[in-house]
Amino acid sequence: MDQVKNSQLSEFGIIFLFIISGILFAGLVMITSKVLRPHRPNEEKLTSYECGEDPVGNAWGQFNMRFYIIALIFILFEVEVVFLFPWATVFGNKKLIAATDGLWAWFSIGEMFIFIAILALGLAYAWARGYLDWVKPDQEIAQFKSPVPKKLYENINTKYSGKTTIER
Amino acid sequence: MEIFLIDKIVLIVAVFGITLLFALYSTYAERKVAAFIQDRLGPNRAGIFGILQPLADGVKFFLKEEFIPAHADKALFILGPSVSMTTALMTSAVIPWGNSLELFDRVISLQITDLNIGILYVFAVVSIGVYGIMIGGWASNNKFSLLGALRASSQMISYEIAMGLSIIALVMTTGTLSLGEIVQQQNGSIFGISGASWNIIYQPLGFLIFMICAFAECNRTPFDLPESENELVGGYHTEYSSMKLGFFLFAEYTNMFISSAIMSSLYFGGYNFPFMDQLGLSHNLVTILGTTFLFAKIVMFIFLFMWVRWTLPRFRYDQLMRMGWKMLIPLALINIIITGLLIVVLK
Repeated sequence: MDQVKNSQLSEFGIIFLFIISGILFAGLVMITSKVLRPHRPNEEKLTSYECGEDPVGNAWGQFNMRFYIIALIFILFEVEVVFLFPWATVFGNKKLIAATDGLWAWFSIGEMFIFIAILALGLAYAWARGYLDWVKPDQEIAQFKSPVPKKLYENINTKYSGKTTIER
Repeated sequence: MEIFLIDKIVLIVAVFGITLLFALYSTYAERKVAAFIQDRLGPNRAGIFGILQPLADGVKFFLKEEFIPAHADKALFILGPSVSMTTALMTSAVIPWGNSLELFDRVISLQITDLNIGILYVFAVVSIGVYGIMIGGWASNNKFSLLGALRASSQMISYEIAMGLSIIALVMTTGTLSLGEIVQQQNGSIFGISGASWNIIYQPLGFLIFMICAFAECNRTPFDLPESENELVGGYHTEYSSMKLGFFLFAEYTNMFISSAIMSSLYFGGYNFPFMDQLGLSHNLVTILGTTFLFAKIVMFIFLFMWVRWTLPRFRYDQLMRMGWKMLIPLALINIIITGLLIVVLK
């Protein structure tokens, strides 16, 4: 620890040095391989792979909504986890427990249990609403018998469309 | 001051070298383990027992031609594997590879830097790792790649929560986020055996959750859906070839090595080993022995990774999500509550 303080590099400075070396390594290997390897592209080689067929359309289209929902729930939970980290470090602190006659531990654990309970409530809500189910049950069309006969609807449709049923 | 800097640079180079060497030879070990489990021979042509096979593979990665699909986003296509590789290498900065050595009247720590928020750093870097796969898979402009990338990111973020919660239970018992201190705390004696007070004894459930999540974060079987070869061709790296493919594969093996090291440090005592202070050996010798033990633990975990890969079938996607959200997260929450109550009652 003293060594670190004496040097001009802080702990994060060393981490920065490490990250730089990592980027350098990746860059160097990329450049070396670019120099060494052959480069003879042609049209066939550069098509996207789609089981040997010509690719249909673009892959940058829509994708399943569920991935967004999972990502949203993830962000909520991750933020809660980040809040739990500082709590976890001071929770079992012996000095604080001794200074407050053990009250500290009960206080902090009670506080955090409320927090975790809210977190669990959120999970239970997402669970009950079926956001966590990957396989959705088949949608059933509701059987609704209208007291209004179908004939009446048709009459209204024909009246306001200005055309007869046969024409449409 | 300068000497200190030189120490650190030497250590950084050494850690990089060891990480890369381990990643390189994990590929060889994986093929040999697979061969052993499936009653085959495995690579045996390059060198004795095929020991030079990884080097031959490496040379091949350098020399093969590479294609970037005409419709791909070229800049992101290059960025993807680079991010994967860099983040995979970054985590090893905070892992305590050993205690300290006393050389030439100086104390040299075998940990590159003992960040006081070491675990958070690891956690953050692992999160960035998702971007490499996501960017790479999206930039390819290939349907298989996009599906693989979506699966990967969705799987990794789902299991990250359970992983974070299991670490919180551990931090509650240790009271610190620094990896160096966590390993030092496990030096205590239990039943009169010094250096055996490992966290696995206090956090068995937490370890189990952490290990499952580590498998999922590394995209290893049974969680290798992002690259499940019989439905998605190659998953997120379908369009990749040459060194960029090498980066993705290399990143996977590096991640495996690093997560083995983290599991050993957090739960299995790191460089501590039973009877370490009772043997009456000199400090330096104990340090060297400790580092050897740490690497033995890492090798055991890597073997476990491979053993599981060649034994278990792959999950279905809905099973994967159900396990992450409906089993591991509630279990991790329960683990936190039990740990908290036990600490309060026992103290």
